[in-house]
Amino acid sequence: MRRTLRGSLVTLTVSALLLSACGGSSDSDAAAGDEPRKPGEKVELNFWSWAPEMDKTVEVFNEAHPDIHVTVNKQDGGDPAVTKLLTAIKAGSGAPDLMQAEYQALPTMVGAGALADIKGQLGDDVQGHFAEGTWNAVTLGTDAVYAVPQDAAPLMFYYRADVLEKLKIEVPTTWDEYAAAARKINEDDPKKFLGTFSSNDAGLFAGLTQQAGASWWGIDGDAWNVAIDSEPSQKVAQYWGGLVEEGVIDNTPMYTPSWNAALNDGSQVGWVSAVWAPGVLAGNAADTEGKWKVAPIPQWNAGESVTGAWGGSATAVTSQSKNKAAAAEFAAWLNTSAEGVKALASISNVYPADTQNSAAALSEPPAFFKDQPDFYEIAAGVSGTVNSFTYGPNTNVAYSAFNDAFGKAATAKKAAAFGEALSTMQTQTLEDLKANGFNVK
Amino acid sequence: MTSVTNDLVSATAQKDPPSGSRRARIPRAPYVFMVPAVALFVFSIAIPILYTAYLSLRTVKVEGLGLGPGARTEVWAGLSNYGRTLSDPDFLSSVLRVLGYGLVVIPVMLGLALLFALLLDSVRVRATRFSRLVIFMPYAVPAVISSLLWGFLYLPAVSPFTHAAEQVGITLPQPMAPGLVLFAIANIAVWGGVGFNMIVLYTALKAIPSDLYEAARIDGCSELQIAWRIKIPIIVPSLIMTSVFGMITTLQVFAEPTVLRPLTNNISTSWSPLMMIYRDAFTRNDIYAASATSVVLAVATFVLSFGFLRLVQNRAFAQENR
Repeated sequence: MRRTLRGSLVTLTVSALLLSACGGSSDSDAAAGDEPRKPGEKVELNFWSWAPEMDKTVEVFNEAHPDIHVTVNKQDGGDPAVTKLLTAIKAGSGAPDLMQAEYQALPTMVGAGALADIKGQLGDDVQGHFAEGTWNAVTLGTDAVYAVPQDAAPLMFYYRADVLEKLKIEVPTTWDEYAAAARKINEDDPKKFLGTFSSNDAGLFAGLTQQAGASWWGIDGDAWNVAIDSEPSQKVAQYWGGLVEEGVIDNTPMYTPSWNAALNDGSQVGWVSAVWAPGVLAGNAADTEGKWKVAPIPQWNAGESVTGAWGGSATAVTSQSKNKAAAAEFAAWLNTSAEGVKALASISNVYPADTQNSAAALSEPPAFFKDQPDFYEIAAGVSGTVNSFTYGPNTNVAYSAFNDAFGKAATAKKAAAFGEALSTMQTQTLEDLKANGFNVK
Repeated sequence: MTSVTNDLVSATAQKDPPSGSRRARIPRAPYVFMVPAVALFVFSIAIPILYTAYLSLRTVKVEGLGLGPGARTEVWAGLSNYGRTLSDPDFLSSVLRVLGYGLVVIPVMLGLALLFALLLDSVRVRATRFSRLVIFMPYAVPAVISSLLWGFLYLPAVSPFTHAAEQVGITLPQPMAPGLVLFAIANIAVWGGVGFNMIVLYTALKAIPSDLYEAARIDGCSELQIAWRIKIPIIVPSLIMTSVFGMITTLQVFAEPTVLRPLTNNISTSWSPLMMIYRDAFTRNDIYAASATSVVLAVATFVLSFGFLRLVQNRAFAQENR
């Protein structure tokens, strides 16, 4: 008995170790050149993406290009796909040719040698299709081009038009007006909130500070600097902390069953979100169809017009691809050609980053906002006003630090705690860069 | 946990083979029979452990901005990953938190399991088979599913309990508030674990020859006294074994807090040591720090379980060592 018991204890204990053994060790030494293409031979490309119906969008490409065939491999979402790709890169094989990558993950992926520089394979006209800030996100401010922008996600303000109308509240155009509206709504019914501060969504908070003029990372010569705890970010943190402390907005996370229920039963009557919000609202708050409207995000200074972004992604070619030229051709088609952009918008329901063809592709408002025919005009109006923002090589570290630090602050319900949470994030992010040997200023 | 069940079955079923019958020449067959087991052990246990230990001594060195190919190289790190783990306040507080969690889970879970096992074993209880099944059933629900179920019950906006309490004018405390969240997680573990431990203890009780009870009854023992003076002392080895399993699963608590984390502000990404390992490895892409923490956690689990076994050994295995 004793021996067998010990044996099974060993097995059990040991399985704790296995968890961490999934990564590989050797960094791929990248970029083997393309395999020569024989005439008439069909190129097979693999594309990891999590956009809805991407396989149908790609079908449009496949039909028009008999010599290239793209297969979509559906992914769970941004972060899991990045982890999978980095593991495949370390292992030396198993990466796809093409990969949908969120803008904030690009520096991490480029740093791991996972993405190919496709500047040489793209036509000169590609850059002209995108706003300067968007293009900057795929070059990381260097001479290389690591991806073609796919979708943009400017922040906008969604609100329940019926509730604001009933309380005779004008749609807020500044953050002061937003605060006043939040107070009025909560005063009328203490169960109603104009929004919530979510400690789960670092991406939204980053976008809000972006609007205020922050850029959490920056490249200064050959060194990174971290400016998470900066004056504009503090302003944003204190503002939301103040509203939470007052109790006029909620402090529980977004994307929980309770938040979904609150959107649907009308206790959450506003949402600062991005252009992709209609899909989420349609899924979570079906009972409120036709009651929501969109407006540009409230401003810090009356009369200004700037915004931030929450999400958005690009199409990148991986360093393991053996057909980089064909892959770059597909990335350019998907994101800059009239047919590609139209398919992206109408089939996959994403808001294309392209500025030349998207107006034609987006003539109809999203189904959930069918009473607001100018939905995409408003979106197009704000998408050119996204402040520039640099993501760093350890965005994930900063984001997980955000979860923990702002989770505590949101529970504490003190504006001062929000300020401290920001400096905790700054310290942890900076320490991580230093510990990994990055040049830091 | 299924492997635990299997091990248990084999542990209880196995008897020492009869000794004697020594042969002069060394037979080859036993070694051939061992090949599959050894191969499994080497490839699925030994190599990953060695690899983890190797990774825990490595780290990535970044040049300059860390962009472009060749900017990151893997180098020897010595014991610096271990230094970082052991001096990380997040790690230390996660260990303390999990120890506190264990102090709640293990006594409550084993206490309930023992109580149910004794009740089912006592002569007066009816519908034994049905009750046994009902108590065991939660164990068949995967931890992720049960955590989701409980998560819904804990969230005031969607919980039927909150709703029902409001109807009669009572405000329930929020289970995922800072002071209660540990108990909310412990509750899920207890709910899922009682059934399994009950079966183990119940099986041990069934193995006790009934003439012991008859003798006790003739001597005027009440059922309560039989339970306290005969049943519990005899199943002490099983109780110890279930405690050790409980300690190991406690140190490795992961699924419940991970599933509940997005629902609340009060569970951090390093709530338990295993969550911290997961975060470092898969969110922060720092497999090296995660490996070092894994090794530390494995060693701690080892020390704790064997320390506990040593402490109670004489008592538990007295009859075997005779």
